[in-house]
Amino acid sequence: MIAQLTRNERHNALIILGVVGLAGAALGLAGRNDLLGYHGLLIVLFSAMVALPVIRALDAPEPTLDREDEYYDDPIRVGVILTMIWAVFGMFVGVWVAALLAWPELTFTDQAWASFGRLRPAHTTGVIFGFGGNALIATSFHVLQRTSRARLAGQVTPWFVLIGYNLFCLLAVTGYFLGITQSKEYAEPEWYADLWLVIVWVTYFVLYLRTLARRKEPHIYVANWYFLAFIVVVAILHIVNGLAVPISWGSAKSYTIYSGVQDAMTQWWYGHNAVAFFLTAGFLGMLYYYLPKRAERPIFSYRLSIISFWGITFMYMWAGSHHLHYTALPHWVQTLGMTFSVMLLVPSWASAGNALLTLNGAWHKVRDDATLRFMMIAAVFYGITTFEGSFLAIRAVNSLSHYTDWTIGHVHAGALGWVAMITFGSIYTFVPSLWGRERMYSNTLVEVHFWCALIGTLIYVFAMWNSGIIQGLMWRTYNDSGTLTYSFLESLVAMHPYYIARTLGGLLFFIGAVVGTYNIYMTIRGTTAPRAAAGDVPVGRPLAPGE
Amino acid sequence: MAVKEDDPVTGKQTTGHDWNGIKELDTPVPRVVIFFLIVTALFSTVYWILMPAWPLGVTYTRGLLGIDQQTSVENALIRGAIQREDWEREIATLPYDEIEARPELMQIVKESGNTLFGDNCAACHGLDGSGRVGYPDLTSGRWLWGGDPETVEETLRVGINSSHPEGRFAQMPAFGDGMLDRTEIAAVVSYIRSNAEGIDDLGELDAQGVEDGYELYAMNCAACHGEDARGNRELGAPDLLDAHWLYGSDRTDLFQTISNGRAGHMPQWEDRLSLVQRRILALYVGSLSPAERLEALDVE
Repeated sequence: MIAQLTRNERHNALIILGVVGLAGAALGLAGRNDLLGYHGLLIVLFSAMVALPVIRALDAPEPTLDREDEYYDDPIRVGVILTMIWAVFGMFVGVWVAALLAWPELTFTDQAWASFGRLRPAHTTGVIFGFGGNALIATSFHVLQRTSRARLAGQVTPWFVLIGYNLFCLLAVTGYFLGITQSKEYAEPEWYADLWLVIVWVTYFVLYLRTLARRKEPHIYVANWYFLAFIVVVAILHIVNGLAVPISWGSAKSYTIYSGVQDAMTQWWYGHNAVAFFLTAGFLGMLYYYLPKRAERPIFSYRLSIISFWGITFMYMWAGSHHLHYTALPHWVQTLGMTFSVMLLVPSWASAGNALLTLNGAWHKVRDDATLRFMMIAAVFYGITTFEGSFLAIRAVNSLSHYTDWTIGHVHAGALGWVAMITFGSIYTFVPSLWGRERMYSNTLVEVHFWCALIGTLIYVFAMWNSGIIQGLMWRTYNDSGTLTYSFLESLVAMHPYYIARTLGGLLFFIGAVVGTYNIYMTIRGTTAPRAAAGDVPVGRPLAPGE
Repeated sequence: MAVKEDDPVTGKQTTGHDWNGIKELDTPVPRVVIFFLIVTALFSTVYWILMPAWPLGVTYTRGLLGIDQQTSVENALIRGAIQREDWEREIATLPYDEIEARPELMQIVKESGNTLFGDNCAACHGLDGSGRVGYPDLTSGRWLWGGDPETVEETLRVGINSSHPEGRFAQMPAFGDGMLDRTEIAAVVSYIRSNAEGIDDLGELDAQGVEDGYELYAMNCAACHGEDARGNRELGAPDLLDAHWLYGSDRTDLFQTISNGRAGHMPQWEDRLSLVQRRILALYVGSLSPAERLEALDVE
């Protein structure tokens, strides 16, 4: 991997690592009497660990000049491995917190780090940012190069983006265990981690644009629009929602610049668009490349993908306020959030429909190939979840569903059924060629993973739908005399069987991910036959006249 | 390049683009998509006209229906208050025995008492009211301060060892703190255990020092728990002869209780529950028995 870098580039990498390490040391010193000290130390150790292989290979032979004629796949390979590590970690913590909800007495230590409140963000960050984020970076690099017929515009930059992003994830998750949090859902990391992510993310954006500018194809493929929307909007969301003032340079604690209902609105504008652009737009980018690739079918409609893209991009931005129905948020803001959520259903279903209609002529492959089936089911769950999302955004429905497990069921229909399934389908599609293998180590294990994932998801979402609706009804049932029929404790007792079912569903999904990780590991180790020729068009073929 | 091809499966043309083998069909946007875009846009437009919707500088469009969530909530609260008005007035003002004689009022006490108990009392006393170590069993018919509705309502209002200025106060002193030595405490334990009802695990130790224990009891304990050890509700001192034990009845538990003392805590509810709610709970708690409680919860 280091051999792909010239000596100059290796030096540059070391300089960057040195600067990051020094910044870590400065943070550690300034925060030596604070939890920040641990993170300073962590940054120093992290930089040193990454620097180690670079120093070792400092004098290794330089790459030949024709590296520009090849796609740059080393960061993608590492990205795939990190994706699976985060998947196993994040989903394991997910099963753990689900078990804690069913059996609170399972808390095996009275240490603060093992409390539900610290484990839960470790689960959400682990799966959304660790698993999802790494998958997005890896696949976006892969799709960007293949559809542009250009090598990534930079040798050190892709590594900076990937490794820098993982440093952010590591700071986030270790922070929760230490008790460092901004207490904003899905935006928990504190100011220094947020600032670092801004640097990494802007670099990612510039790298993406520069590579697109080098493209040899006359048009930008639709997957790249989605990836680009994901990168641009996540940058905006992260910066605006993260504006905060640290209480001192030596403290991990900061306070957001917003207060009251403005804070809530900014947070849920962020939160909903994180779902929209991180968990939807980015993964639609995956869908638009790996699904037609695996099915070997043309996209059903170019025009449909355009109106879906602009529909989603424009309408999602307004929908965040549906998280704050019946709160101190002014009524008119809620109206706008609700109506745009309803209109949003049309481009969402248009995307799901475009994906499913693309499979026309390839349904026999869906039947036989678990990889393609992963992506087909993902498109179905995308359709289900977006319908459910628009439905839940209607104020009257929300008055029943809000604060109940229905929300958790909705989120996991999206996260397990859509995001994770499209990711696994995509990874199974490109892992063999990425490591020069004919196919995955075991197609049977892909099949096992598929059924674990599907059954696990179904158990999970059905349990939470039931639980949420029962909970919502119990909370709003009145006696004839005008008093509430059920106490909160009684609603908890009613939840218990569903919490057990949820744990089992999650466990099944987790087992599937472990099987998948093993399969990928064995594929990388190379027990299957090497591939004869790479299936990709080469980099930079000159354009024919008239292109 | 840009050569348009015919797709054999669908019979449609591609756009002529090719990205690493991926092509796109030039299918027009299906009519149904356009139709639903228009339908949802129309729905939204109508909704915006009827409801508060668009900001206008410092104000916003109010909507033709004149609906606002603030007034909706206020109206719903007023409607609820009117619905409860009659029976709430009766429960707040009628004497307890008159309420108990009215089945329709007792039905309300049972329904709403169940929820009030679950939301406020069950965390300590248990969903079925049977308590646990340190938290009295409310279904046993045994009372530290008295079980009639007036007394229970007062206990609810001011709490026990609480922050309320009129709060009930009860403390078991720590006799091991210089008043009694270990042998003497053991003797008192023997005396209590050998006289109490329902203790069926009497051993050799319980036979030792019973007579000394009686004398020590008379000097140290009788002032609160009574000569006959039947307790004193004026002071919240428990009956020591019945089969109910707040902190356990084996030798270790009793030794701990006498040696280190005890002081339970019941919060005051005057600031949190209204008079009507406290009166409902007083009647509800007074009527608790395991059978009724389980029936109310609808669990086996």
